[in-house]
Amino acid sequence: MNILSLFVAVPVLMLLSLFICRSMKQIRAVMVSGASVLMVLAAVLAAMFVSERAASDSEMLFTDSIVWYESMNIHYAVGVDGISVLMIALSAIIVFTGVFSSWNMPREYFMWYCLLSVGVFGFFISLDLFSMFLFYEVALIPMYLLIGVWGTGRKEYSAMKLTLMLMAGSAFLLTAILGIYFTSGHASMNIIELAGRTIPMAHQYWIFPMAFLGFGVLGALFPFHTWSPDGHASAPTAVSMLHAGVLMKLGGYGCFRVAIYLMPEAAHDLSWIFLILTGISVVYGAFGAVVQTDLKYINAYSSVSHCGLVLFAILMLNRTAMTGAILQMLSHGLMTALFFALIGLIYGRTHTRDIREMGGLMKIMPFASVCYVIAGLASLGLPGLSGFVAEMTVFIGSFEHADLFHRVLTIAATCSIVITAVYILRTVGKILYGPVVNEHHLSLPDASWYEKISVVVLIAGIVFIGVLPSTVSEIVSNSLAPIIKYLSLL
Amino acid sequence: MDLSNFLKIQQEAGLIAVFLILIIYDIFGSERSKQWFRLTACILFGLHTVAGFFFSSVGEAFGGMYVSSGMTVMMKNILNVGTCFVLMQSGQWLKSEPALRQREGEFYTLTLITLLGMYMMISAANFMMLYISIETAALPVACLAAYNKYKENSAEAGAKFILISALSSGVMMFGLSYLYGAMGTLYFSDMSALVSSNPMTLFGFVFFFAGLAFKISLVPFHLWTADVYEGAPTGVTAYLSVVSKGAACFVLMFTLYHVFGNIETVWYQMLWGLSVVTIIIGNLFAIRQKDIKRFFAFSSISQAGYIMLGIMGGTDQGVTATVYYVLVYLFSNLAAFGVITSVENQSGRTDIAAYNGLYKSNPKLAFIMMLAVFSLAGIPPFAGFVSKFFIFAAAAAKGDYLLVFIALANTVVSLYYYLLIVRAMFINQADEQPVGTIRTDNYNKISLALCTAAILLVGIASNIYGYINEL
Repeated sequence: MNILSLFVAVPVLMLLSLFICRSMKQIRAVMVSGASVLMVLAAVLAAMFVSERAASDSEMLFTDSIVWYESMNIHYAVGVDGISVLMIALSAIIVFTGVFSSWNMPREYFMWYCLLSVGVFGFFISLDLFSMFLFYEVALIPMYLLIGVWGTGRKEYSAMKLTLMLMAGSAFLLTAILGIYFTSGHASMNIIELAGRTIPMAHQYWIFPMAFLGFGVLGALFPFHTWSPDGHASAPTAVSMLHAGVLMKLGGYGCFRVAIYLMPEAAHDLSWIFLILTGISVVYGAFGAVVQTDLKYINAYSSVSHCGLVLFAILMLNRTAMTGAILQMLSHGLMTALFFALIGLIYGRTHTRDIREMGGLMKIMPFASVCYVIAGLASLGLPGLSGFVAEMTVFIGSFEHADLFHRVLTIAATCSIVITAVYILRTVGKILYGPVVNEHHLSLPDASWYEKISVVVLIAGIVFIGVLPSTVSEIVSNSLAPIIKYLSLL
Repeated sequence: MDLSNFLKIQQEAGLIAVFLILIIYDIFGSERSKQWFRLTACILFGLHTVAGFFFSSVGEAFGGMYVSSGMTVMMKNILNVGTCFVLMQSGQWLKSEPALRQREGEFYTLTLITLLGMYMMISAANFMMLYISIETAALPVACLAAYNKYKENSAEAGAKFILISALSSGVMMFGLSYLYGAMGTLYFSDMSALVSSNPMTLFGFVFFFAGLAFKISLVPFHLWTADVYEGAPTGVTAYLSVVSKGAACFVLMFTLYHVFGNIETVWYQMLWGLSVVTIIIGNLFAIRQKDIKRFFAFSSISQAGYIMLGIMGGTDQGVTATVYYVLVYLFSNLAAFGVITSVENQSGRTDIAAYNGLYKSNPKLAFIMMLAVFSLAGIPPFAGFVSKFFIFAAAAAKGDYLLVFIALANTVVSLYYYLLIVRAMFINQADEQPVGTIRTDNYNKISLALCTAAILLVGIASNIYGYINEL
């Protein structure tokens, strides 16, 4: 079996073995061992990829293709380039840490969690538009029950809103996929075969916006981001982690892999529309975070801003900015998962997420608080942590465009860094330092061992990217070569 | 007459044999022997269903009145499978009251005789034959709808159904008389060459189409659907929503392709408008329903709209997509109706509120219901996703992306109301009179297990689609 198919097979096996689990112990054993296997697999894949990359110059590695629906030439086709490998690694880390952050959840919860993982991994390994779309939707639907059943607050409303908005996105997407299939004249769903720029321009002009919007909804593209704050705020901890950390990356990755990869001409001509929208996302999200008082809402709006930056950078259509976009995806994935893990940790103890009702937590839970500060600093772009590397690359890349339009937008987007500093420092100052607001908080315990595992792994990832960015950015930059080649011909 | 004609109608002959055995058993069997009636019926019909997949004959018979091809055999097999599940699911209800138990045999025989009518509908190659078989398929259904005649709404459903089917037959007959007047023949093969867009033919065609549209319950010919579905016994509702509707869709597809192929532009535009309206109206009305049977009535109306998309595809791929869609729809809808029947037998309730907290009391049934509605909504990895995909692909192959997009946007609306059911079962708390732990009999359990397996596997196992595609 192809190593990539294992990423789908392992969560499926986990799901099936959960059916026979009875006690919490067994459930945790299955989840922890399964998630660890995924981590190991991701590490093995990364190592294999690096050695294989040097030996081969084909665009995708570890490819495999099985005929699925012959009449429409639909295959189960898998293959990865450097970007997908990094995304798979990110997903493995977040799935792993998510298990520890949902330690006390029941069996059904983990079943949906496994299904979600199947979708996420399947999406990143797919090269066939049909299977890609299938896995995309598999990743979306478990959200409804994960949020609706195990969430907090206005969970039913949020779950419904999130599901319907994302499904509306996939309506755009499926139309676009069918459009690509029938207009390219290739009768193929394979991304590599389709990448020969064969879709007629007249069709590209409607397919590109549809594909970009379809994935953009998941990437929190303004004005279709409204599911994100409600959804993240209502979701249980690990689901927020997975959703903001990985699922929103599906949007960015899809925009890149499908919309831009297959229709570079239309991307070139129409990018200005979406650049304006993503520019608004970046700034508006940051301002939105400033006025929130709920920790999860703050982080959700901050995600809108950061994910907006991903799409913003992708649309710049040059190598530096796109490298930055991928780095930003990784960085934001780890960072926001860390945030949500810590918020879940704090909420589990204080039973409030309102920053006005908390204070002086640094004295009460020093471990969690220090980690929160690290997450905050990564978010506002402190050198040495991942956020700095990613945002720096994005802005340098964006500024490479010499025209006024791109420059103005870049400067506007850069302002978000300042606003980010405002809401991060305000939150950190309010809840971690200062006097203890609530007497009951004094007796609260610090992070337990399983929460520590989850947090430490995520911080390690953030620091790794921050300290050794060249390893990662080199892999990304090499994988961008084909698309950059197309774009340079325009 | 050449007796070898009878060899061509193997499936019909098999069904008639089963029917005759059962009716003789019903009339002459003693009261004590009747306890085996249900088992006999299910086994005999099950054998007939299985046999359909292995023994079939292809060709023309009775001077071109009857045509059998690989595709018609497949369609009949699909209807068989659906009927088989309906029979299995209805048994428990038939035994629930003495008045019903006495007439148990009638239910099986009436169902089988309507099925015979549907067989002939599919195989008809002449409009006279088609008309008679549509009547054969319709009249016994009215008896079935009014089966529980001491219940007011069941009698009402029966009356409504008979009136509507009389009306629609009249409309259809009116249209056929014009077609005959215009062309002087009722044979499909002769007509296909003569059909042109002269006013008289078009006039006849529109009335013929309207008659069929009543059977499929396309908007605006759908007004009877919700009332009949609500009033009829649940087993009959399931039969109406799956088997009857499927057969009518197949007939529409055959006549449009084989007779009215010349005026494709006309019926394409007609179907375009009707399918969009059907999908939208079906969806919007489904949202407001409080009764689960009415809910599924509107859901099935909107599903019929999706089936029209496949028919509009007009290619071989469109035919495959349509047949495949009906197959998947059958499994999904019957899984849902199996659960509805179980809940109704236990508590007598058909309101959606009865499903609140069902997951707590009956996790398995709630799980099956969830799979069924997800499949109906077209969520992967369930079969409904693949079948919807091919329907959309069939429409997109024509280049009609606007239609595809409208239909896709409507799947989001449909997802909303299907999720309301999921929410009731998984998230809501049970009300004051919760539905207790439900005891489902073995027949229904088998049917639910088979439907569930089909929902999970039919989409992944691509050879089923490939098999239909090769017919």
